[in-house]
Amino acid sequence: MSAGDMLAMLGGAVVTVTLSLTGILIGLPIGLGLAVLRWADVPVIARIVTVYVSILRATPLVTLLLLLFFALPNIGIAIDPISAAILALVMNTAAFNCEVWRASLMNFPKDQYEAAQSVGMGAGLRFRRIVLPQIARVSLPGLVNEMSLLIKVTPVLAVVGVVDITRAAVRIGAETYDPLPPLLVAVALYAPIVFALVSLQRWIERRQVMAEAAA
Amino acid sequence: MIHDFGIVWSERSLLLSGLGNTTILSVLSAVAALLLGFVLTPALMSKQRWLAGAVRGFVDVMRCVPFLLFAYIVYYGWPSLGIRLDNWTSGLIALTVYNAAYMAEILRGAWTAQPREPIEAGVAFGFSNVALFRRIVLPPLLLAAGPVIGNQIIQIIKDSAFLTIIALPELTHAASSIQSRHYVPFAAFITAVFLYWGLCLVIEAGVSSIDRLAAARR
Repeated sequence: MSAGDMLAMLGGAVVTVTLSLTGILIGLPIGLGLAVLRWADVPVIARIVTVYVSILRATPLVTLLLLLFFALPNIGIAIDPISAAILALVMNTAAFNCEVWRASLMNFPKDQYEAAQSVGMGAGLRFRRIVLPQIARVSLPGLVNEMSLLIKVTPVLAVVGVVDITRAAVRIGAETYDPLPPLLVAVALYAPIVFALVSLQRWIERRQVMAEAAA
Repeated sequence: MIHDFGIVWSERSLLLSGLGNTTILSVLSAVAALLLGFVLTPALMSKQRWLAGAVRGFVDVMRCVPFLLFAYIVYYGWPSLGIRLDNWTSGLIALTVYNAAYMAEILRGAWTAQPREPIEAGVAFGFSNVALFRRIVLPPLLLAAGPVIGNQIIQIIKDSAFLTIIALPELTHAASSIQSRHYVPFAAFITAVFLYWGLCLVIEAGVSSIDRLAAARR
């Protein structure tokens, strides 16, 4: 592998990280929104969200990505590979995040909610000041876990032509007739990213356990 | 639109063989990964430092590497080392080895959470090692780990879709070839999505029946 090949792989790493971060940043609030819709039991919509989450959690990202990339232009919506990739990541991660948010919403102590009600807080204020800060803390390890899972499915995006780490590695392997070195470089690029997230998750969990023990 | 689904229906044998292959791949590698996990878990908890360290290293690397990349390494990378496998063997090996690491970690978690008393009572009653494992350790372990193992099997089903990239004729590959032959992308892929959903609902139903069994035993 030449220096140029290494640069191409690093470029792929930038694409992988940028797409993952975009997917996470958009998927996080959407997941929260979906969870609130289910939690508040909004008629009809809550049912639709339940089915959406169930289907999306069962759908492989490749299948979803191919569906979006080929079917959207068919109904007149032009979509480039990057947008299709981000849309697929967001749809996927929002469904998983919804489950994490919902679990912490379900476990939220009702008495606090009623206390906020009794001092005259409106629904919006109640959610922003009382519920959100606490469920954000409880959901954090689960959400970080979701992020590491998200990064582990991003190689699929190469299928529609996004040049991420995996695609760069496969291309270099095809050019040099020696696929193993670039693939191992790809492992060396992915592993620290995922490992950093896994360590972050463990660190948050440990800190929360310690904070609980101190309280 | 209805016409598109008509085309997909006319190609149902292709889609069904894809679904069959996805099921076979997932079931075979799930069983193999679970068995391999049962071998790796004691090694993970071994008092032999080097053994525990080596297995821990393997499990951690697998948990940090994307599955697709691992499948690429097995299919495209191993021939450089002189190991040349066809796409079915590569796919099965990749799915099995990758998920064995996750199964080992799941089983280790469930194992360490098991109460010590029944095992000690079993030892006191003179159970041999094999009988102790089979009669005392294994049943509550499987019941406790059931839901998480179920989730991992769903993960295996979804991972198997990635193998479309090494031209394995599974469900996504079948949908892809229907779409490229007739240009009915929406109908082809949405049908595949619903078939995956159905498969996962079956697994979930299985898990909840295990859960009921576990609750009844408690």
